[in-house]
Amino acid sequence: MAGEARANGGTIALSGDIDRSAEGVVTAAYDEVLRGGAGDLSLDFTDVAYINSTGIAVIVGILARARRDGMSVGAFGLSDHYKHVFEITRLSDFMTIHENGGPTKEGME
Amino acid sequence: MTAERQERRIRLLGRRRARIKDRSAERTTEVMETAPVDIAPNDPILGYFQSAQGVVDLEGLDMDSPGLTALREAGVKLVVPLVSQGELIGLLNLGPRLSEQEYSADDRKLLSDLAGQVAPALRLGQLVREQEVEARSLERIEQELKVAQLIQQQFLPNQLPELGGWQVAAFYRPAREVGGDFYDFIELPGGKVGVVIGDVTDKGVPAALVMASTRSVLRSDATRLNSPGAVLERVNELLVPDIPAQMFVTCLYGILDPQTGSFIFANAGHNLPYVGNGEGVRELRATGMPLGLLPGSKYEEQTATLAAGESILLHSDGIAEAHNTQREMFSFERLAEIVGRARRGDELIDAVMLEHDHFIAGGEGQEDDITLVALTRTGITGMGNETLVLSEFTVPSDEGNERMVIDHVAEVVANLGMDQAKVDKLKTAVAETTMNAIEHGNGGRSDVPVRVRITSATDALRIAITDEGGDQARTEAEVPDIEAKLSGEQTPRGWGLFLIKNMVDEMNESTNGQLHTVELVMHLEGATDGR
Repeated sequence: MAGEARANGGTIALSGDIDRSAEGVVTAAYDEVLRGGAGDLSLDFTDVAYINSTGIAVIVGILARARRDGMSVGAFGLSDHYKHVFEITRLSDFMTIHENGGPTKEGME
Repeated sequence: MTAERQERRIRLLGRRRARIKDRSAERTTEVMETAPVDIAPNDPILGYFQSAQGVVDLEGLDMDSPGLTALREAGVKLVVPLVSQGELIGLLNLGPRLSEQEYSADDRKLLSDLAGQVAPALRLGQLVREQEVEARSLERIEQELKVAQLIQQQFLPNQLPELGGWQVAAFYRPAREVGGDFYDFIELPGGKVGVVIGDVTDKGVPAALVMASTRSVLRSDATRLNSPGAVLERVNELLVPDIPAQMFVTCLYGILDPQTGSFIFANAGHNLPYVGNGEGVRELRATGMPLGLLPGSKYEEQTATLAAGESILLHSDGIAEAHNTQREMFSFERLAEIVGRARRGDELIDAVMLEHDHFIAGGEGQEDDITLVALTRTGITGMGNETLVLSEFTVPSDEGNERMVIDHVAEVVANLGMDQAKVDKLKTAVAETTMNAIEHGNGGRSDVPVRVRITSATDALRIAITDEGGDQARTEAEVPDIEAKLSGEQTPRGWGLFLIKNMVDEMNESTNGQLHTVELVMHLEGATDGR
């Protein structure tokens, strides 16, 4: 299933396959979050079925932009497997991985 | 009185009378030459004799009776009916007195008294004789049952083949009146094994003999011809001229390659085998006429591949066509459902028999022979560490096809007892390796396939992914540094190889100048997540 990304306040809800083909939608969603003026970014992985190395590259791209834009990044809804992948790639050193559900839902209604 | 009983009684009458005549023949040659008299069961003279009081003088009788005529022609003058409990059981026939005088009143009284005593004794004798005949016929049936059972058991395998990575189970339970069920395993070249199940219509010794000859012919052809369709065709040709009328044989014959799980089969009108994996069931279909019916019959050949964790069940009519006390059938659907739930062949057979015995409980017992043969591809090898090919396939080099590969890998390894974390790691490694093969090895050219081969041994699962970029120089990818990537000193990409190496227990790369292969190894011992 093609990857999708929907911005809602400071949260980007990702779904489907996160790979190279999701780069466009993820970047667009990030732009939208930025325009909305949110201070922090949350990535919601609840409905993500598959992430490959090109998807990790997309997330690294977002992390790099967030760093330049001065936003802290959090993630939730990751499966145990992808939590493990985020740990060995050290992505988890640059984003807060929440165990269950979302962080404080600031920016969401 | 039943017609059968009546008939038997009349025959006895005839014999009894003949014996009396024989006795008198010792004294007079005149009577000795008289032929025995047959009296039809519906002859009115019998009714007359049955209700007569005492001795009957044939001379005074006026009746339209062939029996009476025959008796007179035989020289009989007096008849003493022997009646026991209102039933005519014999006649004492007397010719003329040797003195040529008439029978006196005293003679008649003596004969009448004698009849009163003889009749019950004769009846008793008849009953004893009838019982003896019945006992002898039962004994003969028992004897025949034993012979049929003996033939049957003689020709069933006395041990099951041992196939690495497979669990083989078989079950045979004859009905009281043995049918013609049989099964067989035939060792074939190249480690392959022929699997046979069959059922001869009819029961008893004739069915057992046809079963025995079918089995012998099949065995000799199976080792000579490596096509199940050709084997059945040949067996049919040999059976047609010799098989008794109204008899034929249904038979399924398949060749199993334990290494690859391939099962090539042909079917001569036998029940369709079921393949189950604990989560569903499928039928293996191939068409063909039963053996021994028509010369020149052709047998369609089909191939099925059993994946690890799948079981195939071959079965005779005895299960699906069993009836309960309400005369409902056990049914093929019910059998298929059990196969769909089963994880292993021996458990499958236990489950089928348990449900069958429960189903027929309270009825008249098992109606037909029951034969079940179950083969399960466990993927687990025995003491030796031989390698089993669990699956081998190719995908075109199109972007995104790594998803097809990981879905298939997940299916194949599902029954190896690996925990989910390890399966997930394997999937990620397989996805990255396949993506590299598609993009770098085959340059994304759709017509160039990526080959995937999944093998297992006791110690490890191995997945070899091969592309056609064997001539390309492979440079060791730089170790991705997240800091450098975030600061823009490295591209955000380049995670593939790093992920692969971190997901599996071993990664081996090889090339022969044309083909390039990456082998991913996952240790199976303990099969727990090490992180």
